[in-house]
Amino acid sequence: MSDVTADELMAITASRLLADHKVVFAGVGMPLLASAVARHRHAPHLTIVLEGGIIGTALLPGKLPISTNEMRAAYGAQMLTDITDIFLYAQRGYFDYGFLGAAQVDMYGNINTSVIGTMEHPRVRLPGSGGANDIISLCNEVLIVTQHEPRRFVERVDFITSPGYLSGGDSRARAGLLTGRLGAVVTDLALLDFEPVTRRMRLRALQPGVSVSQVRAQTGFDLLVSDELTELAPPSPEEIVIYRELRDGPVPVTVETP
Amino acid sequence: MEHVAVLAARAELEAAKKDKQDKRMTAEAAAELIKDGDHVAIGGTLYSRTPMALVFALLAKRRRHLTVSRPLACYEIELFASTGALDRIVTSWVGIGLPWGLAPIFRDYVERGEVAYDEWSHLAMGLRYKAGAMGVPFLPALTMLGSDLAARLDLQTVTCPYTGDRLAAVPALNPDVALIHAHRADMLGNVQVDGYRHMDVDMARAARTVIVSAEQIVSPDEIAARPDRTMLPHFAVDAVVAAPHGSYPHECYGRYGPDLRHFDGYAAAAREHGPAAGLRYVEENADPGFADFLDRAGPERLAALAADAGELTPR
Repeated sequence: MSDVTADELMAITASRLLADHKVVFAGVGMPLLASAVARHRHAPHLTIVLEGGIIGTALLPGKLPISTNEMRAAYGAQMLTDITDIFLYAQRGYFDYGFLGAAQVDMYGNINTSVIGTMEHPRVRLPGSGGANDIISLCNEVLIVTQHEPRRFVERVDFITSPGYLSGGDSRARAGLLTGRLGAVVTDLALLDFEPVTRRMRLRALQPGVSVSQVRAQTGFDLLVSDELTELAPPSPEEIVIYRELRDGPVPVTVETP
Repeated sequence: MEHVAVLAARAELEAAKKDKQDKRMTAEAAAELIKDGDHVAIGGTLYSRTPMALVFALLAKRRRHLTVSRPLACYEIELFASTGALDRIVTSWVGIGLPWGLAPIFRDYVERGEVAYDEWSHLAMGLRYKAGAMGVPFLPALTMLGSDLAARLDLQTVTCPYTGDRLAAVPALNPDVALIHAHRADMLGNVQVDGYRHMDVDMARAARTVIVSAEQIVSPDEIAARPDRTMLPHFAVDAVVAAPHGSYPHECYGRYGPDLRHFDGYAAAAREHGPAAGLRYVEENADPGFADFLDRAGPERLAALAADAGELTPR
């Protein structure tokens, strides 16, 4: 286990949440890697959709795209259309999962990828929403994957780029977001979900060897803990090989049994 | 936020001269169609099928007070800012690409408030162009609701007259000019694209003036031989520019991949020297003309990028 990186742990944990025969709308980076791992392991019929108009990408191991709008992203695709069209499939309800990263996420699953500080006095102007606002608004179930750090897990995000459960309770529905729900947040320390009534983020399972107090120390708000708290299974050698081949290409990799 | 009356755009179109004629011209002549203060929509997305030959020709003109919109913006935005051409960006995302981190020149101008950034969601950008293309003032949608993006843009909602549901009312955008790069066009302005179309079709149909550059100028017969590939008809296009490798150093689907090494050089200079690096890039690369820029990339590099595309796309 010592040679498993945080990225590998997150991608593999997230990949296990994706069921076979479903459709996942993934961003590049960690969400795409996790989706690719799922497809190469337990979900061979998973359809990966990318916002660049790409449906059913096959992905070439070792040549994963760094943009959702490029030929590596389109490799082996079943359909190429335009960007707006992809989001309209999401609005129609075709996409089982929306899969996002986050610069900053709060206790209600709201995501900020726009600004650190305020818009009037920005400390850092971030790139912006891209498709994230639409993915979290329109996909059937949304998964978030990000590193577990206090500066990322904040009580209130500086700016709601992409609405989670807003201020909790039924505030998401009251804002007019009739569809979509937040399923899980995957980190290098834990798997979290949202308590059904308050919609506050809740610790659901720990990564192997991690304690509740460790997770609390890396979370910038008061974290609920599930009554059914469990521990996640460590990445298997098979999962690690699949991940590394996708990332680096089909080179021989030796992995010690954890 | 600028609200353009969609009916005014329609009235202009109805009054416009629409002869079916040879629309070929140089990129330099096409750039003359763009004026200070115009809203210029740039086709493609991020580093895919960006109309770079047209962008370079426009940069060389040193226009002022431009608004630029794009689906996702790449470093061309930084070049417009660095040369003092840019007042406002309208998009959902600005960066160079994930491996290069935050775009330093973009940050500098926007954080100092020198360039305004109207941040929409990606779908909302698509619907803004689509409403403009459809000739309606807005489109209802289930996105952007409840977000600070909506609050900051003062995005309005509508109540569905049938269900009573509240929906976002995404306003039409009719840019003054759209710049599009395509695989093939004939001299009349029939335009064909291979692969993904980004937001180009709606963007062009929404725009008041449409300038298309193409890898190849072909005969009208060649267009008619594959009419399913045609994404814009001649009457929606005002100017046609021959531009082989016209997206370089960005990619053109099936033709050539992006020159990511070129990005490395640009990003390193931008990190070290800020806006001065952007201005210098324009002086060295855009001002001497696009043919000169391609010459300096060299035939070997262009051939290698073409080979990358061959490996990744179906025959």
